[in-house]
Formats: sequence, structure tokens, C-alpha cells
Amino acid sequence: MIEFLSGISLFPMVLTLACYQVGLWLRKKWDNPICNPIIVAAILVVAVLLVTGFPVENYQQSMGSATWLLTPATVCLALPLYEQLKVLKKNLFAILAGVSAGTVTSLVVVFLMCRAFGMDEQMTVSLLPKSITTAMGMVLSEQNGGIPALTTVVIIVTGILGSLMGTTLCKLLRLEHPIAQGVALGTASHVMGTSKANELGALQGAVSSLSLAAAGILTAILFPIALMFL
Amino acid sequence: MKYITQLLYILLFTGLGELLEAVVPLPVPAAIYGLVLMLIALCTGILKPEKIADTAHFLIAIMPFLFVAPAVNILRYFDIIRSELVAICVVMVVSTVIVFAVSGLVTKLLLKKEVGKDD
Repeated sequence: MIEFLSGISLFPMVLTLACYQVGLWLRKKWDNPICNPIIVAAILVVAVLLVTGFPVENYQQSMGSATWLLTPATVCLALPLYEQLKVLKKNLFAILAGVSAGTVTSLVVVFLMCRAFGMDEQMTVSLLPKSITTAMGMVLSEQNGGIPALTTVVIIVTGILGSLMGTTLCKLLRLEHPIAQGVALGTASHVMGTSKANELGALQGAVSSLSLAAAGILTAILFPIALMFL
Repeated sequence: MKYITQLLYILLFTGLGELLEAVVPLPVPAAIYGLVLMLIALCTGILKPEKIADTAHFLIAIMPFLFVAPAVNILRYFDIIRSELVAICVVMVVSTVIVFAVSGLVTKLLLKKEVGKDD
């Protein structure tokens, strides 16, 4: 079975596309936030890989070209930002204040919870950058004695959580304003929250792009201060 | 082919971002440098939006799909989190909800004030 599948170089891409399609179809069928195409696709792909015994390393290697596109795609977030520049400028103070409050909260809450669970220094450093984009969080973790692989996992899970709970949380917290929705998604769950924000609307997407960049930079600045308490 | 030309422009900014990442000793990833550079180019009129629009919108639209492979990658690192699985999950869920609420509500509150000022 593995030999047969390994022979088809397109297998990982076709599998991922098909699983994502199932996710899209489920979301259309039931309008439930659990039916998030990323999660549905990831679970199905993992299940197929485990059942067939297809190595994850080979899967990642084949998907490399798709994963590589994430960087140019993130760069392109400049376009919706530019298109909404007027609205963003007008509300810049509220946006940046929200991002700052969220970023400080993230560092404090994660720090305190790690302490409460009795996690060691290495674990705490690995979890602290969980709300910012992967490339940034990994570097911060690595430079300060964390485990970059663990940081990657928590960052991705945080992104999944944000895009999974985003719509529900907006309703519960009565965040009807597109700008407030964008700030919350971008600050709490980085690029993955931003791709959810883009689904909600162009303004949400633009605000979220700005928030993710601002939250990332602010986290990098505040990180050394948080470490002083370790 | 407009898509190819547009992709080249986008990759030019991505490349510049990667160059900055390599040269500047700050923990800022190439994507953020590229984003800021592209925004500056758009604002100053160096880059016309229509030079990248179609391909840019396509890339942004397929972004959720691009996250499937990184999410599957968790499988590779499962051994690292196994020992502290419950604690890590609790930290992640609770902190994500709190950060979401704080950032969203602070923004909402300040937006309301601004509107009040205009009246």
C-alpha cells in the first residue's frame, strides 16, 4: 500500500485538496464552527496517513511548495491593508490600544498559567510566544532557551482555536464592529485568525493583518521583560 | 500573462523581506518585512495595486488551505507535548479566549468613545 502510494507523487496534494473539499462541504451542510475546513482536513489527512502508514516526513516534503506559498501570501496582506488605509488611520488609536492590551494580557496570562501548572523555564519560554506568527515565535523561543518545535505546535493550535472559536466568541462578547473583530482575531491568533477575518469581511481582514504585525513586533519588544520574571 | 507578472512582483517583495530577515539581527520574519515593504510601496505609489491585485487576492483566498500541512505537522512533534498534554491544552484554550476578549473589548470600548466624540 505504502509503496503504491509513494509511487504517486501527487498523492499528498490530492489527499489534502480532497480533505479540504470535504471540510468545505461539511461547513456548507452544517453551519457549525466545529466544521472548520482546516481542522476537518487536518484530521482526515492525519487519519489517512496513520491508516496507510505513509510517512509524515514524505507528506511534508511533497506539501513543501504549498507551505512555501505562506510567506508570499502573508506579504500580500499588505494589499487589503492598503485598500482600507483610510478607515485604519481613522481608528488607529483604538486598534493599537486593543492590540497592546491583548499582547500584554497574553504574556501575563500564559506566564501565570505556566507557573500555576508548575511548568519549567524551558516549557514557559516555549509557550509564551503562542499568539504571534510562527516564524517570529520560533525565533523568540529558540533565542531564549525554549523548544522551537513545541512553540510551533502551540502557535498552530492557537491559530486553529482562534479560527474555530472566532465567530462564536464575537457573538458571546457582542463584538459586532468589524474593527473589534479584526483586532481580536489578529491579536489572539495571528495569521490563521487573519485568514478567518478575511472570510468575515475585507475590513476585518485588513484590521487583523495590521493587528498581527503589531502584536508580533510588540511581543518581540516585551519578551525580554517577561523573561526577567522567570 | 498577468498572473505570472503579478506573482513576480509579489515574490520580489518576499525576496526583499527574506534579505532583510537575513541581514537585520531582529526576530522579525521575512513575511512581516515583506508586508511592510509592500505597504510602503503601495502608499508611495511605487507599486500600483493593479500590478499585484489578482494574484494577491488568490493567495489570500487559499491561505486557510495552506495551513493544513503545518497543522498535520503536529503529528511529528506529538511526543514532545504528550507529557504535559492536559496542562498545555488548558493554557492554550484559556489564554486564547482571554486575549481574544481583552483585545476585542478594549477596541470596542475605544471605538464607542470615538463615535461619541464625533456626535
